Formats: sequence, structure tokens, C-alpha cells
Amino acid sequence: MAATQDAEAPATREIANLPLRNLLDRSFIFWGILATVLGLGVLGALVFDLVADGAPKLNLKFLASFPSSSAAEAGILSAWVGSIFVVLTTALISVPLGVMAGVYLEEYAPRNPITSAIEITVNNLAGVPSIIYGLLALSLFIYGIGQGNALFGQTIFTAGLTLSLLILPTIIITARESVRAVPRGIREAAFAVGATKWQATSHHVLPYATPGIFTGVIIALSRAIGETAPLILVGALTFVAFLPFTGPADVGQTYYDMGGNEAVISQGDMLLSWLPWAPGGQGWLSQSFTVLPIQMFNWTSRPEKEFLENAAAAGVVLLVITLALNGVAIWMRARLRRQIRW
Amino acid sequence: MTMDATRDFTQRRLRLGERAIEAALFLAAAAAIFITVAIAWTLITESLHFFDTVPLSKFLTDTVWSPLFENPRYGIAPLLCGTLLTTLVGLALAVPVGLMVAIYLSEFASPRARETIKPVLELLAAVPTVIYGYFALTVVTPFLRATILPDLPTFNMLSAGLVIGVLIIPYIASLSEDAMRAVPNALREGSFAMGGTRLETAVNVAFPAAISGIAGALILGMSRAVGETMIVAIAGGQQPNFTIDPTESAATVTAYIAQVAIGDVAAGTIEYYSIFAAGFALLLMTLAFNLLAFWLQRRFREEY
Repeated sequence: MAATQDAEAPATREIANLPLRNLLDRSFIFWGILATVLGLGVLGALVFDLVADGAPKLNLKFLASFPSSSAAEAGILSAWVGSIFVVLTTALISVPLGVMAGVYLEEYAPRNPITSAIEITVNNLAGVPSIIYGLLALSLFIYGIGQGNALFGQTIFTAGLTLSLLILPTIIITARESVRAVPRGIREAAFAVGATKWQATSHHVLPYATPGIFTGVIIALSRAIGETAPLILVGALTFVAFLPFTGPADVGQTYYDMGGNEAVISQGDMLLSWLPWAPGGQGWLSQSFTVLPIQMFNWTSRPEKEFLENAAAAGVVLLVITLALNGVAIWMRARLRRQIRW
Repeated sequence: MTMDATRDFTQRRLRLGERAIEAALFLAAAAAIFITVAIAWTLITESLHFFDTVPLSKFLTDTVWSPLFENPRYGIAPLLCGTLLTTLVGLALAVPVGLMVAIYLSEFASPRARETIKPVLELLAAVPTVIYGYFALTVVTPFLRATILPDLPTFNMLSAGLVIGVLIIPYIASLSEDAMRAVPNALREGSFAMGGTRLETAVNVAFPAAISGIAGALILGMSRAVGETMIVAIAGGQQPNFTIDPTESAATVTAYIAQVAIGDVAAGTIEYYSIFAAGFALLLMTLAFNLLAFWLQRRFREEY
């Protein structure tokens, strides 16, 4: 009977510990919530700090002024306009490319080494640090194939192209997930009535996948808006006292062209500057630029305290934009999950 | 007859169209390969120019990085040291917090709480890193000075590392939570049936069963920390400093690249090539981490 007693003894001991074990179990709820609150608390502290520092500066004048050497005069007009143009360029390049690649990998790709090579590279590119894309752009777009081309160089086009490469993996991955979530039956129904592969894809699969793709695109673009490091390498300027396009008020003013010759801005120059591309680098894609995060970074690295206030105010604008975009994406994803029941 | 001919014609045109579309889609997908090749080619060729001037042995063994000085020395060790220290500080914060959040969300929280907390936590990863840099410089460093480290310099790796930790909490928490939730409930029920509490089940059953996914999450978080630029460029310092003390100021690999790039560097100079050599070292590091994560997830994956 000694054996039975030995077998029972540990069990008894365990039960004896039960209050302690239950206490440990309960206390973990406290620790788990504490850890979660710590994360959320940092987000709260960050928002609070930015708003507290930047709120006094935040007014229409700040949004409508160019940067200046005087902190009180300086504003973010060229920065937010630049951000819009750069993100627009990024979206126009990366969205079609990313969605097409996602559709190919999900609907068309045969199982072969080329397909697996593409899949592996997409996943690896998603893990490449953003500054590496900046190095690629510097060597390839600015000093490599782009040399002497008005589109390349330290321009809006180069910035948009660089950010496109950066967010391309994200868009491909979300496009694939959304396309994969469309049930087989939808495709089979289309094939059954004689649709070709592309007809089934474009008329049936893509419309169902669009909300999911759109969610991914918003998140990717919000990342592009906040990205700083690659644009430092692309040569975003920190002091831009002009907009990418010419306003009607500037017609008739003199300026110095690249050769250093004096010239007068004509009506035609103004119209050409509104085009994305025009001969002689007059389109807005070929203009130099700054963006919100670069402007904020520049003000943050200045020693004067007044510029830190400007940095905070620019940060508030940037944070509101990115959090709003992410909020929209989260809301869309939640709605999508509720609405679609295949 | 005419009808047949018409049908044949439209079908051939359709087939051609389909072929063209498929080719276009393939080219879009193949862009990923082009980008990868372009990155590798650029970094390798530009780095080779660098190693024309600086021998590889010096790059790897010298303990001073001073390319902008009169007698430049090019030892990558101080920069790597800065990168690893900030990463370690970040992990020291993000691993315990992230894993606790993951265990709480996957084993304790109600589905409703989980669905609310997870997206909000993921917002932490969406905040632009330049804002995190500002936060590290103007809030974390003054706070640390006022509380425990009065002698902390304005630029230091400790606050930069802590804020990097905050940035990677959502990566670690979210991916680990996914891995733990993928563990089948039958395993948990076995533990409950033996009298295990939720915490014991989480620690002894769910966590070990999900270890490959969790390890992958940690390494991906690490790879993200290693490549982080703006936080260290703003709050970590600009001078390379070969030290293991995180309360000192030191440049990281990424901070060095950013610092040189701000000063509009001319192509063909040794500074220009040096940022590519530094970037190449960085890429190899993150690539190694990513492959390790991939391998761990494969190697230790439990199939249920």
C-alpha cells in the first residue's frame, strides 16, 4: 500500500496549494492589464505631450506659412502640400503595381520556382529597413539611371517612386489576402457561364476583394506619409519656400533658371507647372520638395526651444493624419468582418 | 459559316487579350524580384568601391569609426555596438510587456476586449517614427533625468532604446498572440482537466506549443529595432562610441547613414561609399534575423 500513498501524496499537496495558485492566476489578470495599459498609456502620453507642446502654434497661419529662420514666422505650408503630392505619386505607382502582383500570385501563378522566388522576395522585402530603400534610390535613381533626367534627381517623382517600392510588399500581401478570401464558388459560377479568367477576376473577384484591398492600401499609405529615413537620402530639402506648382499670383515675377539666367514667369510656365510632367522639368513631378516628417525632423534637431514647439505642432498634424487613416482602416475592417458572411 | 468565322475571330482576340493581361500581371509580380536584385546590386557594387580604399579586415576589426575626421578610420564595430545596445534595451522592455499582453489577450481576455485592444495597440506601430524620436528626446530623457538618472546626457541610447521598445511592443504582442491562439483548445482542455489554472495552462501548455511562432515574433521585432532610424538619429546621439553603457550617447549604423545623408553627400567620395558599406552590414543583419525567424517557424512548428 506504500505505493498508493506515494502516488496520492503529490496530488494532495497540489490541492493544498490551490488558494495560492488561484491567487497567482487572478493576479496575472492585473499584470496583463497593466502591460496593456502601459502600451496604451504611452500612446496617450505621446498624444498629450505633442498637443501640449504644439497647440499654441497650431493655427491657420502656421498651416499657410512657408518655413522661416524665425521660429515664430515659420509654418508648414510647403511640407503638407509636399506630403500630399508625394503620397499621391506613391499611390499612383504602388497601388496598381501591388494589386496586379497580388492578383497574379493568387489567381494566375503556376507552382514553379519563379513563383516561389517572387513569394520569398516579397516576404523578405517587407522586412528590409526603410533606410535601405533610401540607399537604393540614392544610388540608382539619383546618381544612376536618373542622372540628367529632370524627373529623377531630388524630386517629388523620386520620392514617390522610392516610397512605392517601400510599401509595395505591404500592398501585395494585403491584396493577396483579400483576393484569397473570395470563395471559389464565385469564380466557378463565372467560369460556368463562359467567362474567361480575366473576366472572372475583374468582374467578380476584384469587386468583392476591393474593400479589403482598400483597407491595406490606406494603412500602407499612412506609413508612406510618416516615413522619414528614405526621404533624407532622396534629398528632401528642409527649407522649401515654394510650392510644387506656380500660382497665378507669381506670373510676371522674375526668377533664375538652372543656368543662372534671369527669366520671367509666363502664363504658359504657370500652366505647365500644373501638369505632372512637362518638357524641361517644368511639371510638378520634377520639383524639389519637403514633407511633413522631414520638416518636423529638421525642427527637432535645432537647438532653439522655439523650434521644438514648431516640431510638436507639425507632429500633431502628422499624427492626426496617420491616426485618422488607421482609424478609418480599422473601422472598415471591422465593418467588413461583420457584413460579409459567405 | 460567317458566324463560325466571327466566333473564331473574337475568341482569338480574347485569347490574345488574356495572354497580354497575364503577361502584364506577371511583370508586376516580377517587380519584387527586380527590386530585390536592385537592392543587392546597388549595395554590393557601391560597397565594393568602399572596400577598394578600406580593407575588409580594417572594417571588421578596427574599433574606431571616424570617416569625417582628418585621419579617417573605418571600423564598423562602434556603430554595430550602438545598434545592438539600443536593440537590446528595446527588447528588454518589449519582450516582457509584449509577451504579457499576448498571454493576457489570448488566454484571459474576453473576445470583445481582445477585438478592441488589439487594433488600438497596433496604432502604436502606426505612429510615425519621427514623432517617437521627438517623444524620446523631449519626454523620456527629461523624465529619466528627473527620476533615476540625473546625469543622463541629452542624447543617449537608453531613451532611444526604450522608445524603440514601445514601437515594437505591438509587433511582438500581436504576432505572439496569433501564435498562441493557433494552439488548439483540446490541449488547453487537457490541462484544465488535470486541474491546471489558466495561468498554468498558459505558461505550461499554450506558450510552449506556440514557441516557434513566438520566437519568430521576437526576432521580427528585433529586426525592426535594428533597422529603426529616426528614433536613434534624433535621440541617440551622432558620435560613434564604442561602449556597452546605454546611458551614454552613441551613433548607430542607421543614425550614421542619416547623418551623412543630411549633409548632401557627393557621389564618388569615400563618405558616399561608406554609407553603402554600413547599409550593407545592416541589410545582412536584418536578413539573417528574418531567415532565422523563418527557419525557427518552420523547424519548431507543431502540426495539429
